Amino acid sequence: MKLGFFLKESFRSMRRNAVPSVAAFASVLVTTLVLGVFIPVVQATNGAANDIRSRVLVDVDLSPGASPAEVARVKSELQRAPHIKSIQFVSRQQGYEQERKLNPQAFALIGYNPLPDIFRVTPSSPEESGAVRAELDQSSPLGTRLLTDAAITGVQNRQAQTNTILSATRTIKLTMALLAGLLVFASVLLISNTIRLSLFSRRREVEVMKLVGATDWFIRWPFVLEGLFLGALGGAGAIGLLALAKVTLVDPLANTVKLISQPNMIDFRLLIVVLMACAIAVSAAGSGLSLRRFLRV
Amino acid sequence: MAAIERDVRDRAAVRRHRAVLRLRAGSHPVQVRPRVKPGADTVVEFRGVSKLYGPGGIGLERATFAVNRQEMAFLVGSTGSGKSTIMRLLIKEIEPTEGTIRVAGRALEDIERKKVPYYRRNVGVVFQDFKLLPTRTVYDNIAYALQVTGASRKQIRSTLPDILRLTGLSTKLHNYPHQLSGGEQQRVAVARAFASHPPLLLADEPTGNLDPETSIGIMQLLYRINRAGTTVLVASHDNEMVDRMRRRVIELRRGRIVRDEASGLYGSSDENTDELGQRLRTETRS
Repeated sequence: MKLGFFLKESFRSMRRNAVPSVAAFASVLVTTLVLGVFIPVVQATNGAANDIRSRVLVDVDLSPGASPAEVARVKSELQRAPHIKSIQFVSRQQGYEQERKLNPQAFALIGYNPLPDIFRVTPSSPEESGAVRAELDQSSPLGTRLLTDAAITGVQNRQAQTNTILSATRTIKLTMALLAGLLVFASVLLISNTIRLSLFSRRREVEVMKLVGATDWFIRWPFVLEGLFLGALGGAGAIGLLALAKVTLVDPLANTVKLISQPNMIDFRLLIVVLMACAIAVSAAGSGLSLRRFLRV
Repeated sequence: MAAIERDVRDRAAVRRHRAVLRLRAGSHPVQVRPRVKPGADTVVEFRGVSKLYGPGGIGLERATFAVNRQEMAFLVGSTGSGKSTIMRLLIKEIEPTEGTIRVAGRALEDIERKKVPYYRRNVGVVFQDFKLLPTRTVYDNIAYALQVTGASRKQIRSTLPDILRLTGLSTKLHNYPHQLSGGEQQRVAVARAFASHPPLLLADEPTGNLDPETSIGIMQLLYRINRAGTTVLVASHDNEMVDRMRRRVIELRRGRIVRDEASGLYGSSDENTDELGQRLRTETRS
């Protein structure tokens, strides 16, 4: 491949076809910009949804007079049980303090501590809270409960609440994935359409090249390189604007708004790499592929 | 897939038309005896070549002829007679519906799509509408024909001045096509077609858009290229000009070859380019 010649050709073509080149550059810039805003938004939303999902817990109630030996036995049983990520012991005193803070009037009315010692179990995934409960609290055919340990009086996974959380976060995640898919689709369409238009205006040129005996790749390389440059320029422009927005808008707000300071949000450097790679790959591949139909001369 | 279907459809259409054509064949004004003399000296050879453009559209019908090395031949006929079809078949822009075309002994149907560019480098083509690259200067337009063959900048620099001198474009090097007259643009097209010194040069209505004086200049140029050893095939509807050239004439009518003769004037083939030009001008005026 004669890189020098192809580079010269692609620069010449960009210079001589300034309007389509600017259009291609602008469409890459806009698309990358939108994508650059959207990726962190999806990330943050997913992060928030996951955060909520991680609050799905299963409470294992112990009998009121459970001895320390019984507590230790149940603990070791829980540690051996499947689908469990972590367990936390909450003594009846600790539970009382927490609940009284939330609902002081009700507890003042009761006048004593009605709470048992509990183990607060975090399932390995939110969907498995039901399985954890079933494991520890099996129903018999007669309707009586068969608890795995005599010291356990009940297992609660707040069924209704858990289901609401799961379905709500699932909907949010699905919607975001769908929106992201649509956006990527629209971006590819927009870019390939722009490239197509710019190639259409040059189809006669391609035809002449073919008649003179140029091979497909001899014609294609300058177009691919041109796509690569315009993609890189558009990507760089968009990243510049994003960086500006990050420094002036997002960073000052990061400390005050929870959503933006999500710990699992995409790293800005990684975002730059992803966007740049997308912009270049889509533009270069788009140029090379769109040319195909004009090469059939 | 679509191409195969089209091909099958075309072949079926050929069979249907053949019955009609057989009936019509007797009514043609001139009976033509094919002048095929295949051999090492044959550059272009058509053997029973037909081309149908969809049902009913006959581009070419069982054409059989041969053009020998260093020959200059003219294809004449009105619009739609099949001249351009022959040209397009020769550069493998279209495929024949039936028959065999050979160029320098090689059957064009055997050339696979990927190899077509390499084949085209051996055939220079000039079109009525010049087909220059509008964003390139005269120099770059001509150089492009050499660049596609992988020629280095040094090789191009050493080859181009000769071609530019031959075509009289030495002073127009840095002009863009839109800054040139029609005749000059056609000279650039001829120069580009001839740049890689192909053994065969095709010109499809090269003077169609030009005034008589400019046309003479282009004909002189083609004549000069022919005298340098290149086989030249020119399609033209300018019968007077063709007659004055006193070269072999293949006349087409509705896709059929109805005349193929050397005009009986081959005797003057040793006139030089200037003499040809003078004669053409004198005969044009009279």
